[in-house]
Amino acid sequence: MKVKTRDFGEIEVSEDKIIHFEDGIPGFEEEKEFIILFDEDKDNPFHQLQSVNNQYLSFIIINPFEIFKDYDIEIPQTAVDKLQIENPEDVLIYSIVVVPEDIRKMTANLLGPIIINHKKRLGKQVILEDSRYTTKHYIFAQAFQEEGK
Amino acid sequence: MLILTRKKDESIILDGKIEIKVVEIGEGKVKIGIEAPKDIDIVRKELYEKVEEENVTAVEYKFKLEDINKLLKQ
Repeated sequence: MKVKTRDFGEIEVSEDKIIHFEDGIPGFEEEKEFIILFDEDKDNPFHQLQSVNNQYLSFIIINPFEIFKDYDIEIPQTAVDKLQIENPEDVLIYSIVVVPEDIRKMTANLLGPIIINHKKRLGKQVILEDSRYTTKHYIFAQAFQEEGK
Repeated sequence: MLILTRKKDESIILDGKIEIKVVEIGEGKVKIGIEAPKDIDIVRKELYEKVEEENVTAVEYKFKLEDINKLLKQ
């Protein structure tokens, strides 16, 4: 099927690439289908979670474990059930990034990770009950800290 | 909004499957116990609102994906 994207124009997407968010995403509860877009170099850290039905709705996402080395979360049982997770290897975890005009101040939401069962193509933004994490963690502060070590 | 008065240890049943019980009453706060089926998400409203607000901000970015990746390589 064809999907109109924010940054890559209209692209052809096979149905099995579509991830279903049964509850939508907080703030966008009516958006239930997304695809993940990678730019040409797949090693680049930033990807896009693009709505299938709304060209102008997309999120920048990262794999939080690449940046926040001690990020460590437990997926709540409700999410394990809803996403029909049977095998840890089927799970992908992303964080939504806010990219302000001063790009160095970008932050990642570690409180509300996007959990995806890529085998079943099911996704959900989970809100953790974990006081170590907030919706705003500076990505660069983290990167600089890592460099300084 | 429906408003009900409950005493300590009294409950409310929602839809025959969710129980909300007043466990403890203190100065300016109450402790609530919830029993619900496994597929019901329970989350503090202020956390949900925070995530919602963050998502609404997150879709407002001005750059293209490739530019963000490029900028960061510099």
